[in-house]
Amino acid sequence: MKTYSADVVVVGAGAAGLAAAIEVKKADLSALIIERDKELGGITLQCIHNGFGLKEFKEELTGPEYAQRFINEVKDSKIPYLLDTMVIEITKDKKVYAVNNKEGLIEIQAKAIILAMGCRERTRGAINIPGFRPAGIYTAGQAQRFVNVEGYLPGNIYVILGSGDIGMIMARRLTWEGCEVKAVVEILPYVSGLLRNQVQCLEDYDIPLITGYTVTKIHGKDRVQGVTISKVDRNFDRIIGSEKFIECDTLLLSVGLIPENELTLNAGAEISKNGGPIIDNNLETTIGGIFACGNVLQVHDLVDLVSAEAKRAGINAVDYIEKRYGKEELSKNKIKCTAGENVNYVKPDFINKKDLSQDIIFAFRVNYPDRRVQIQLKDEHNNVIYKRKKVYVIPSEMIELTINFEKLEKKPESDNIIVEVIPRPEVLIEEDEEL
Amino acid sequence: MIFDVLIIGGGVIGCCIARTLSKYDLNIALVEKEADIASVTTKANSGVIHAGYAASREYIRRNLCIRGNKLYTQACEELNFPFIRIGSFVVAVEDKQIKYLEEERKRGIEDGVPGLELILDKEKIKYMEPNITDDVIGVLHAPTAGIASPYELAFALAENAATNGVSFFRNEKVKRIARQNYTFRIKTNSKEFKANNIINAAGLYAAKISKMVGLDYFDIMPRKGEYILFDRNALHLNKILFPIPTKVSKGILVCPTIHGNTFVGPNAQNITDKKDISTTEAGLKEILDGGRLLVPNLPTRASIRNFAGLRAVPSTYDFIIDNTDVYGFINVAGILSPGLTSCFAIAEKIEEFLELLGLQLKIKENYNPIRPKPERFKDFSKEEIDEKIKQDPSWGKIICRCETIPEKEILDAIHAPVGATTVDGVKFRCRPGMGRCQGGFCRPRVIEILSRELYLPFEEVTKRGEYTNFLVGKTKDLLIDKSERGVEE
Repeated sequence: MKTYSADVVVVGAGAAGLAAAIEVKKADLSALIIERDKELGGITLQCIHNGFGLKEFKEELTGPEYAQRFINEVKDSKIPYLLDTMVIEITKDKKVYAVNNKEGLIEIQAKAIILAMGCRERTRGAINIPGFRPAGIYTAGQAQRFVNVEGYLPGNIYVILGSGDIGMIMARRLTWEGCEVKAVVEILPYVSGLLRNQVQCLEDYDIPLITGYTVTKIHGKDRVQGVTISKVDRNFDRIIGSEKFIECDTLLLSVGLIPENELTLNAGAEISKNGGPIIDNNLETTIGGIFACGNVLQVHDLVDLVSAEAKRAGINAVDYIEKRYGKEELSKNKIKCTAGENVNYVKPDFINKKDLSQDIIFAFRVNYPDRRVQIQLKDEHNNVIYKRKKVYVIPSEMIELTINFEKLEKKPESDNIIVEVIPRPEVLIEEDEEL
Repeated sequence: MIFDVLIIGGGVIGCCIARTLSKYDLNIALVEKEADIASVTTKANSGVIHAGYAASREYIRRNLCIRGNKLYTQACEELNFPFIRIGSFVVAVEDKQIKYLEEERKRGIEDGVPGLELILDKEKIKYMEPNITDDVIGVLHAPTAGIASPYELAFALAENAATNGVSFFRNEKVKRIARQNYTFRIKTNSKEFKANNIINAAGLYAAKISKMVGLDYFDIMPRKGEYILFDRNALHLNKILFPIPTKVSKGILVCPTIHGNTFVGPNAQNITDKKDISTTEAGLKEILDGGRLLVPNLPTRASIRNFAGLRAVPSTYDFIIDNTDVYGFINVAGILSPGLTSCFAIAEKIEEFLELLGLQLKIKENYNPIRPKPERFKDFSKEEIDEKIKQDPSWGKIICRCETIPEKEILDAIHAPVGATTVDGVKFRCRPGMGRCQGGFCRPRVIEILSRELYLPFEEVTKRGEYTNFLVGKTKDLLIDKSERGVEE
């Protein structure tokens, strides 16, 4: 068995893992990146469209270009990494077991671990679409890999279920390759991806968007021959009689992403409702010294936000090693953060009371779109301690708030604070501000 | 070459007969119309090894099931397929059902079903199966019932049969059977076989094959059963849970799989199209509603796959296992439930038939009944993993993340006797793509491995044979093709 040691083991070399490792190295601690794929970069490598880096680098890059900047920095700063290496177990005492075909089983004793495994796509089985099970059904990300990385086309005529960002981007990408995209079908009454993708990927290419419908049957015994789509009511139940048949040879699914937390679970960390680990304001999981960042924690809308979050995880892991390693367990003195009205989930799940003097970054998504809202934090006694206006909110956008509790006029009077997005009490459009 | 025995159909029955006969000094061939064995009914059923009390006494399938269940113990030792006797509960929720269960128990004991027990102590029932409905008032416990992986059993049987000399021909659909001087000539889409004896184990198409030799005395009707499979660890069941059976089926069960998943299903829907394996909205709702009667907290949000299989239901409602009037032509048709359980007992019957037909059933000197246990990464300790990777680095390359399947297991599946040639063939043999991501990450890698190992162009790798290609071509090829077509038009 090969053994390594590193101050921080980073699991995953996507946008999150790379950024986190760089921060660790900057603090003169040793980091080791473990990546299951054959190269650094993660999913961004197959995202050859533009739109990356506007926040991080103040310029517009493609996915591979964005990743390359971090890859270069990793290589320049000589951060060691293992490729084609699969982590099979993480233990509470921060041992990481991995395998690859060159070294066999690898054991690494770390002082801290940063989880950056990303997420996976929801499948046909997860949403239980009835019908046949022919060839020609792909998740959008899988099709993206085939087209952009392997250089193969999964089909000629497509229907895309789900207006998630990857789905819309693939609609445009496939149109460029000479394929026909018959429709993007969305069960919700509105697009579930970013507005810019709706405009740039669908509208600019006259790709029909059908909202309020879903695929209710897949046809074709060998290869997909078409899909039946049906209108749905408010409870997402099919409206009988609304069925339409669309002929196609391929169905792509862009119906959501799920953080990939099997290792996290097996390590014994607790998982929250959104599928990511439960974390405190330092991105630390319920196991002290194990941190999480990027899409393994919460599905982000922009990779730039992943990088920013990962940097915090890196810095916090360093801080843990320098100040708390081997000393004490996680602080019990915590404030719980709860999702309230029109909030799907909120990160962090807990705030350490001793950290209240620092800036706390909240991230959350809404359940449904709304206009002219007030984002507010309140305690259990309905005392609003923080409020902010926003012109509109949509579920596809992750909302971040930076709050320093010491600077607030009111202090929470309970150990539970609730984040909610409510209709604005008095509507004064002039005062609208963008976040 | 004239085969002594030609078996039509590579489902679990055909494979089991092939393997059972492979111990004798006979030339045996098996032809299968699909790209792989175990591709139709064998691949989509409950995988339950029944104890044997359920079928009516008037049917031969009752005794074949009871005998077949017993034969699983030795078969599992020899063939190393996944099988565990976890026991089953038939769940009573009304007083009058208890009487029925008691009658079933009595009849079962009389006919030699071991250990049947009526449990009326609710606390004990709940202890044995904590997820069972609170409405339960009693269960019939059959400790010899078990779960197996039906397709992995078929692969094990085929592998062992092939090792012992049986020739397998896949993608061979029987078109015509002629007879000349006691020799059958079997015309398929690409070949002509000659055989002295035919065993018709063609499942849904058994009546069609039987008619080819002029035997038109039964029909096979497809009866669809839909299933929903849940993620591993979403719900852990100790027992196979049956409702009180109806006239047409054993009802919708909730059952653990040998790989740690749980499924609910099947319903029973008589259809006409023998290729209609589609699931339906109504059917999926029906099985969930049915399953909730046994396990109220079904993990519906953790579903990873829905599928349907077709049972081959004979017009006689019983197995048709006949040494027919056409000398040398044996029908093994209408093998509905409990066909999987009965397969080894059915094969014994075929041995008797062949002896009656005058075949010399002499055991070969070099017969090897053992099919080695496929090595699985998941079964290894950390030390073993390290050792294995040193011996063969392909153990260290994990292809399927959800199920932790290394390249080595995929290579073994491809290069085994009667090995995988398609992505589904790999999936059913060693599970990449069976997990929660349903092949989202590993499918391109599996296609790549199949392409490399079988010398197939990447885009010619299929899901499960002809017309099921994953890819239509290279990105830039297609543009060239299209423009050329444009010129011609």
